[in-house]
Amino acid sequence: MLDRAATALRGLGSRVTSRLWRLGFASRFFLATLLYSGPSFRRFFLTVREIYFTGVLSLIIILVSGLFVGMVLGLQGYDTLQRYGSSEALGILVALSLVRELGPVVSALLFASRAGSAITAEIGLMKATEQLSAMEMMAVNPIARVVAPRFWAGVISMPLLAALFSAMGIFGGYLVGVVLIGVDEGSFWSQMQASVDFREDIVNGVIKSAVFGILVSWIAVFEGYDSEPTAEGVSGATTRTVVTSSLVILAADFVLTAFMFRGA
Amino acid sequence: MSEPLVQISNLNFTYDRRPVLTGINMTIPRGKVVAIMGQSGCGKTTTLRLIGGQLRPTQGEVRFAGKVVHELGTDGLYASRRRMGMLFQFGALFTDISVFDNVAFQMREHTDLPEAMIRDLVLLKLNAVGLRGAQDLMPSELSGGMARRVALARAIALDPLLMMYDEPFTGLDPITMGIIGQLIRTLNDALGGSSIIVTHDVQESLQIVDYVYFMADGKVVAEGTPDEIRASDKAYVHQFVWGEMDGPVPFQYPSAPYREQIYGAAHA
Amino acid sequence: MNRMTLDLWVGVFVAIGLGALLFLALKVGNLASTNTGETYVLKANFDNIGGLKVRAPVKSAGVVVGRVSDIRLDGERYEAVVTMNISSQFMFPRDTFAKIRTSGLLGEQYIGLAVGGDTELFKPGESVKKTESAMVLEDLVGQFLFDKAAEGKDKK
Repeated sequence: MLDRAATALRGLGSRVTSRLWRLGFASRFFLATLLYSGPSFRRFFLTVREIYFTGVLSLIIILVSGLFVGMVLGLQGYDTLQRYGSSEALGILVALSLVRELGPVVSALLFASRAGSAITAEIGLMKATEQLSAMEMMAVNPIARVVAPRFWAGVISMPLLAALFSAMGIFGGYLVGVVLIGVDEGSFWSQMQASVDFREDIVNGVIKSAVFGILVSWIAVFEGYDSEPTAEGVSGATTRTVVTSSLVILAADFVLTAFMFRGA
Repeated sequence: MSEPLVQISNLNFTYDRRPVLTGINMTIPRGKVVAIMGQSGCGKTTTLRLIGGQLRPTQGEVRFAGKVVHELGTDGLYASRRRMGMLFQFGALFTDISVFDNVAFQMREHTDLPEAMIRDLVLLKLNAVGLRGAQDLMPSELSGGMARRVALARAIALDPLLMMYDEPFTGLDPITMGIIGQLIRTLNDALGGSSIIVTHDVQESLQIVDYVYFMADGKVVAEGTPDEIRASDKAYVHQFVWGEMDGPVPFQYPSAPYREQIYGAAHA
Repeated sequence: MNRMTLDLWVGVFVAIGLGALLFLALKVGNLASTNTGETYVLKANFDNIGGLKVRAPVKSAGVVVGRVSDIRLDGERYEAVVTMNISSQFMFPRDTFAKIRTSGLLGEQYIGLAVGGDTELFKPGESVKKTESAMVLEDLVGQFLFDKAAEGKDKK
């Protein structure tokens, strides 16, 4: 009995230690990525190429999801608001929920599963096929040449994607609210403009998406770089990227929201 | 020129408290092709990685061109690696860029040669391995043997002093194997450097190398010229060279005595 | 993929991304109406500010002329001291009335400046003397009941 308890405790302890060890390694890796970021900007084509893969190829999913989310907000928001006779406030509801929360969070979740998993799989496969080793033997630092451009591409793409998601969502809300249901167009826009504050809402939304961009890109490149160099290792790492990113995005969103919109 | 290009002395390497290499001594003279042979998992590839500085020895040292590899800083290590070329087991070509860009990779990373000159150099290297016509293909469009040759062209891109081959013959048909073997020899003589081949393909490599080290369980157990190796009467070398099923290397994985395991369980 | 096409696509992506940000800033948000130009400070003391918040608009004749930048409690007189940043294009006479108003029945609260006829203008940093506090629903209801009760007494 005592033996079993001791074994369980030891198991728990080693699991906690290994998590902490991984976190420490991930942090060191993050610093190394920043330290070796020079080539990503000096030879900007490296990063541009990765922006194509992370940003441009995520466009379709971001735009379509944004449109649908906005349309749903339009329907649901109208349904609720018209009970209180304030359906002109639809613009406020759609814009605020998108700009503050849904835009950054949903686009980051989509980004993690579309681009983050691809980054992890690509780096993991490069590791499994010894491409990273080969690069090292050719006196080229793989963190500078492979990891950093992908990281920065993610960091640059994410706020742009989130802005596109929000803009598309507001357009979706406009389609449903104004074109389909017939909310007054003038009050839709003017009420929105009166209540959405540039610094308070839009800048904070952009800050959120930038933070998510850093987190997701970091997790994606780290999981790829740290994956077991086998087929199972790479597929496991890809799954971990999506799961960890999603949890981290939601947790970070709570923390950021608490800081930004507390009190005001 | 009397000093050997690579000098390994009393090299020990421990991984996770498990000794992988113990007391390795090797000399790779300039201009020679040296083979390191042994079974899978005997520490051959680890030795290569120690020479390339990707691992740190637990004890002992590797000297490359007179310098102790593990005492070099990052810059020194990278400077040394520019004079090394390595052919990985399955080529390790960069799958996202074309054959041409693979071979041009190091030239673009390490030199600021004009693009026209890089083009000429790349075609020269590809011509040396007979694949000038494949320059626009992607690595996924190549056969295994072609990929290996492209990787070879990439490895010699900066005319290295030392070429290292990690299992260059694995998974190739006899014709391609012969081609790679001949390429290794001719390139070595053309570049005037040294080569190390890590392999377990005895017959192919004995034809092209100047000297052989035999490794087993992380130790050097035999060494000599190909003729000495063929004539060796050491039990292990004999078994390896002639591919016998049982010998000093047992056929059976270590296990409990046969009788005991078959009958013992039933009686217990 | 050819380097030119790649550059082109990334260029398009960055351009529409920045376009979306601009759309959010100008069409959705109030960057266009926020006057980033020169402002000066006016203060006003209120007995009760109700639900007034920092960054609430300050309007005169319905036009936004500034924003509330700070709200604090005067520890001696137990009054709310509201600091406003007013756009420098607009100067107000010294007998201007500052009232806390509500936009719509349940909307947000703002400060309305009702202009008087004084020829002297406020200097930056001065306090508005004449203020009217927010209407608090409970007080209103209480007042209403009190009045009703008084009416009933008179009728007897």
